[in-house]
Amino acid sequence: MLTAQMVDRLQQAFWDTLVMVSVSAGVAVALGIPLAVFLVVSGPGGFLAAPRLNRAVGWLVNGFRAVPFIVLLVALIPFTRLVAGTTIGVWAAIVPLAVSATPFFARIAEVSLREVDPGLVEAAQSIGCRRWDIVRHVLLPEALPGIVGGFTITVVSMIGASAMAGAVGAGGLGDVAIRYGYQRFDTTVMLVVIAILILLVSAVQFTGDLAVRRLKVR
Amino acid sequence: MAGASAILHRGAAVDAAAPAAAIRKAGTVRLEGLGKTYVSAAGKVVALNAIDLDICAGEIFGIIGRSGAGKSSLLRTINRLEQPSSGRVLIDGQDISGLDETGLVALRRRVGMIFQHFNLLSAKTVRENVALPLRVAGLPAAEIARRVEQALGLVGLSGKGESYPSRLSGGQKQRVGIARALVSRPEILLCDEATSALDPETTGAILRLLRDINQRLGLTIVLITHEMSVIREICDRVLVLERGELAEEGPVWQVFGAPQHDATRALLQPLQHALPEDLACRLRKDRRDPQDHAIVELGFAGLAVPDLARLARLAGDGPLRLVLSQIDRIQGRAIGKIVLALGPMTQPDAFAGVSDSMRVLGYVDSTDG
Repeated sequence: MLTAQMVDRLQQAFWDTLVMVSVSAGVAVALGIPLAVFLVVSGPGGFLAAPRLNRAVGWLVNGFRAVPFIVLLVALIPFTRLVAGTTIGVWAAIVPLAVSATPFFARIAEVSLREVDPGLVEAAQSIGCRRWDIVRHVLLPEALPGIVGGFTITVVSMIGASAMAGAVGAGGLGDVAIRYGYQRFDTTVMLVVIAILILLVSAVQFTGDLAVRRLKVR
Repeated sequence: MAGASAILHRGAAVDAAAPAAAIRKAGTVRLEGLGKTYVSAAGKVVALNAIDLDICAGEIFGIIGRSGAGKSSLLRTINRLEQPSSGRVLIDGQDISGLDETGLVALRRRVGMIFQHFNLLSAKTVRENVALPLRVAGLPAAEIARRVEQALGLVGLSGKGESYPSRLSGGQKQRVGIARALVSRPEILLCDEATSALDPETTGAILRLLRDINQRLGLTIVLITHEMSVIREICDRVLVLERGELAEEGPVWQVFGAPQHDATRALLQPLQHALPEDLACRLRKDRRDPQDHAIVELGFAGLAVPDLARLARLAGDGPLRLVLSQIDRIQGRAIGKIVLALGPMTQPDAFAGVSDSMRVLGYVDSTDG
């Protein structure tokens, strides 16, 4: 069975995972949505067409998405030191986690924004909406169910990625499973961590689905 | 003869319309040499070519054409959702081609638009949809609430304000679209196939609403459609567009009564009754027997009056039978045709002059028809 020490350790790991994922998910939303809006409105046929800049940003986004998270974690160490002031611990993991999640979420949000009926944009223009009005009143509200659904996917994949944060000593559930469950052959710990992760992901998915359903009832 | 008088009359009608336009208030549209060419990887496509047009304030102007004729492009140049490749668009004398974003926003508050698929925002309630033009214009909330209520009342949707568009029927959605377009109190309303997605009954109701709005608010309505019945129902004047070119233009009764272009005739086809099959197959080109009955078609293009007593007098002792009758009343004029069977005692030539056109379709046995 689990020792009291292990229970404490798991508790701590749970909170570490929660902090890492929620802070970097917040960053991913704050940066990813503007990025997605930019990619849509500056793209071909968008009402702020800027083909070169659009392509450049597109490449940048793809570049970050091409690098595996475990590599990004290490490659970004100088940047992490600059931003978080440390290269060890939870905050050191948040930086690469956010950097990896932002382009991922931006691409998913972009797809939802693109699915907004161009007729709605046209209608908004016809009633005297300016560009910002269109983003605020048409693109974002109409794409919201899709964006929320995409955010759920992002959070779930970030929970997965956060398991690698142990590489920079950030702790978290994945780290406990590797160090105790795998390296010290403690099968119970391994199973408990897996169970917690399943519950966590299910809760996220359930909440996300519920929100999407609510938004779509309109 | 009938053709010549129709042409004379047409000239007179156009002249008569011009000074009337000058008297009316704002809401005029003038197109000068308007052209639109789309350039794509597949090559150039000319959507509109050298269109000249004057739309008077307060009239309901219809633009009809087959799909791909350029109607949609033409309509969209009026509020500059579409930038013309050449020529000018003048709204109340103002050239709109050089407007910046602020100028465009101001223009679009004077030119409302409704759409075939309504284009309502699904994430906003009916009230929020109708309020949006005023909200982005920065009006005070109380003023917005008052005008939204007024607009919803005008289209018969008071009490539906809190519904989401997905809960409404097609006709109700279009009413919301109309309220949204009218809430800024425009001078011109553009209708892009506004009834094409609706069933016939709802189409009728929406067209009556548009005519009602046109009369009560005095705003100019420019509509595009591919259905002649819509034109017949509410338009004053019509332009027929064919492959980006102006095929013909004139008062609706004239275009219906004496179409000059093949495209117009093709569009009118669905409204025409063909000669009944049983009669058509027995029709002979020549009179074989003195007792044969002549089948005569009298066309009415809006000038002659279908005077039944006169027809009866010309037929003398008859027989004179009505085979087919299709007379529409368009703008107070009789448009259409009647087909008669004349007995052997009556010469078809006797009927020349009672209608705008006359032709003998053929002959049938006296026992037929």
